[in-house]
Amino acid sequence: MSATAKPLANTRSGTGIPTARLITWWVIASEIVIFGGLLASYVMHRIGHPEWADAASHTNTWAGAFNTFVLLTSSLCAVLAHKAADAHDGPRAAKLLRLTSLGGLIFLCVKGFEWTADIHEGFVLSSGGFWSFYYTLAGLHGLHVLAGMIIMLIVAADAAKNQELQRVECIGLYWHFVDIVWIFLFPLLYIAR
Amino acid sequence: MTTEAQMQAQPHVHHPNYVKVWAILVALLVVSVAGSLTHIRDVVLVAAFGVAVVKAYLVAKNFMHITVEKRWVPYLLIICLLFIFILFAGVAPDVMHHSGLHWTNPSANQAAQPAGGGVKRE
Amino acid sequence: MSTYMEHAEPGVLKKYLWSTDHKVIAMQYLFTGMAMALLGGFFAYGFRMQLGFPDHSVPGLGLITPGKYNALVTMHGSIMIFWVAMPVLIAAFGNFLIPLMVGCDDMAFPRINRLSYQIFLLSVLVLLASFFVKGGPFGGAWTAYPPLSASGAYNLTPAGAVMWLLAVALEFVAFLLGGINFTVTAMNSRAPGMKMYDIPILVWMIVLANVIFMASVGPLIAGAIMLLFDQTMATGFYDPTRGGDPLLWQHLFWFFGHPEVYVVLLPAMGIVAEIIAVFARKKIFGYKTVLYTAWAVGFLSFVVWAHHQFVAGIDPRMANIFSITTLLISIPIAEMVFLYIATLYGGSIHLDTPMLWALGFVVEFLIGGVTGIFLGSSGTDIYLHDTYFLIAHFHYTFVPIAIIATFAGITFWYPKMFGRMLNETLGKIHFWGTIIPFNVIFIPLFITGIAGDQRRVYNYALFAEQSRPELQHLRTVSTIALLFMLAFQLVFLFNFFWSFRHGREAGANPWRSATLEWTVPSPPPHGNFAEMPTVYRGPYEYGLPGHAEDFVPQNVPDSALAGEVKA
Repeated sequence: MSATAKPLANTRSGTGIPTARLITWWVIASEIVIFGGLLASYVMHRIGHPEWADAASHTNTWAGAFNTFVLLTSSLCAVLAHKAADAHDGPRAAKLLRLTSLGGLIFLCVKGFEWTADIHEGFVLSSGGFWSFYYTLAGLHGLHVLAGMIIMLIVAADAAKNQELQRVECIGLYWHFVDIVWIFLFPLLYIAR
Repeated sequence: MTTEAQMQAQPHVHHPNYVKVWAILVALLVVSVAGSLTHIRDVVLVAAFGVAVVKAYLVAKNFMHITVEKRWVPYLLIICLLFIFILFAGVAPDVMHHSGLHWTNPSANQAAQPAGGGVKRE
Repeated sequence: MSTYMEHAEPGVLKKYLWSTDHKVIAMQYLFTGMAMALLGGFFAYGFRMQLGFPDHSVPGLGLITPGKYNALVTMHGSIMIFWVAMPVLIAAFGNFLIPLMVGCDDMAFPRINRLSYQIFLLSVLVLLASFFVKGGPFGGAWTAYPPLSASGAYNLTPAGAVMWLLAVALEFVAFLLGGINFTVTAMNSRAPGMKMYDIPILVWMIVLANVIFMASVGPLIAGAIMLLFDQTMATGFYDPTRGGDPLLWQHLFWFFGHPEVYVVLLPAMGIVAEIIAVFARKKIFGYKTVLYTAWAVGFLSFVVWAHHQFVAGIDPRMANIFSITTLLISIPIAEMVFLYIATLYGGSIHLDTPMLWALGFVVEFLIGGVTGIFLGSSGTDIYLHDTYFLIAHFHYTFVPIAIIATFAGITFWYPKMFGRMLNETLGKIHFWGTIIPFNVIFIPLFITGIAGDQRRVYNYALFAEQSRPELQHLRTVSTIALLFMLAFQLVFLFNFFWSFRHGREAGANPWRSATLEWTVPSPPPHGNFAEMPTVYRGPYEYGLPGHAEDFVPQNVPDSALAGEVKA
């Protein structure tokens, strides 16, 4: 089957929402319950284990805050890419998407430094309840950042040729969701720990 | 029944000043970090989570354009969130507490002691 | 507008193994699911032979040691739910039928569709590989409660446990991808004129099942990650001595596990609905009510989960709440069954094989449903939990779902899928040869369960406090009935494969059904419809007065009927 041939099914819209954006919303809905389940489990444990406060005090608030800033800025780039795509300016959209990806890369690098420091201090995944949750939560989020970056670069490659511009908004939606998850992870793991 | 082509012909959102929204988000970030530095428990919590909720709303409204989307989309997402709250409500009595009517979790109770009294029970 | 997709004829490999055509992917799921059903059935044979004839060597499996027994029951349960019921009822029927029933040429995202099967196949391979690792396949029960499932020292199948968990996780990902694809297709890709209430009930049910699945599996994915770390990374998420809580797993599991049963039930009820309408020549009684009760079931299914944990030590106040919600959920389900019965009433009933299966579903599922009442009330559940009463209850619900409804669907849509009719006589022999032994297997188990037989015990003689030697004849009867039931499946397999070549040619609409999939050739060509249909009416226009035919397909315009309708 030709790589770019789309079935008629893809081009119809009974709901009034294009199929690409519709499937993105459903993906986001499914991710809400995945992260929600993990977050709820953490919150239950954290409230029930006030003695974890000691372990939790070792997270690096400044690294977390900087990373929050990075993600917010990358979200700005993503939505500006959407605006460019709406104006049918594919190359500009691609450039902005690549900037967004760069933001993701910076986020992951900072996380890498942060975790290296934590591990040097002896805090690993199995170091106890708080740390197990910390690494799992941030790790799952980080995986989503990585996946988002990769997909974004693929979308950017097409957008640079003014192709499949509708996908710019969709990957942007996913990215904003990943940003929102971090917006809640930051206070949970770094501030109100 | 519209087609993809018809929908792509005109954009479905009006684009606000995104840089302005971003600036507000960064300012809120600063507020939440400043709150944490006061070390007053209630201020820290409100600054942290209150700000988080506001930031999430701003991203959803201005970046994701969820308010101009078909109405059922935010409803769907809210229902998913609601299920998580239901999960929490059903599980917390068992996992968040360390003793019940007929059971205790001695390891957890013991571990909680050094923090000064453990969990507040109703 | 023709949509025969114009491209070069692909080679055999591309056509059957790398296709994005929803019908090919449906067949992939169907045959994989059927193969796994044989495996799951074989495992049931293994442990029932041990229970019916303890400590005798079982032909094909040897002596059933405790470890082997545990692995057999674990694999039987896991396979039947995750690798038979879901792929066949949702992925196979959904893939094949949704684009055809809504009048489009494929799924909205065919490549994601292909990817979902590939991930599913990977999950199958990981599970099968687990049979060959040191320690053998996972033996901690399909519910995988920690600490048993978290600690290799306890479950004695450390490698198998990890692989089982990975296989389940992959299966979840496959169904998330596939399910979202189905939902988007049903929402967006419908033929012009097909409004919400013109959609066949089966499509609604599969979509709703996918939504329920998607919303409920998230917390379990989170829980599975935590269990995986407990198994492999020395974390203590579920270890009470390290600040964790094994009950958390139970809650996360059953928060998914209970909606999951409705995830498989709703498509089964959808299949039965389609068949009943066709073979009673009558429109579904209360289409909208069926829909609304299905949505109610879907929502309620999220607030009943802890009825699986009444004796696990949960907060007793929670037990009160969950008892009430559990009893409540029986109401919309019963309502749906009443609506089906009302559809039958006054209809022109034709007892072809698919209809026999559909009626069999209704009867057997009713028994399953009413026995659930005793388990849903926490008081009686304290006694009955984890006895064979429970096993009989859930087999009286699951077998109708995964076996009876599946056979109903296969016998009904086989002509469309393969262009041939199945042999009716063999079909009826297979039906009675399955239904009767099925009841003979499980009615004795209700009795032994009430008498106190606990589940997951490989040999009662070794557990004096649970030993009821006088019941052994009932256990043996149950086993022998299973042997009969398995033997009769050979009739089906023969019929299924023999009819590929030797069945009577089916034509487009052998059952004279009004839905869109019967307006295309059997089997449908790539692209499905030569002319994309437009829809003018609902899916169940049967028995309309003043028409020459006793049914009106959805895509025939009123003007084409003008000569037949009396003003």
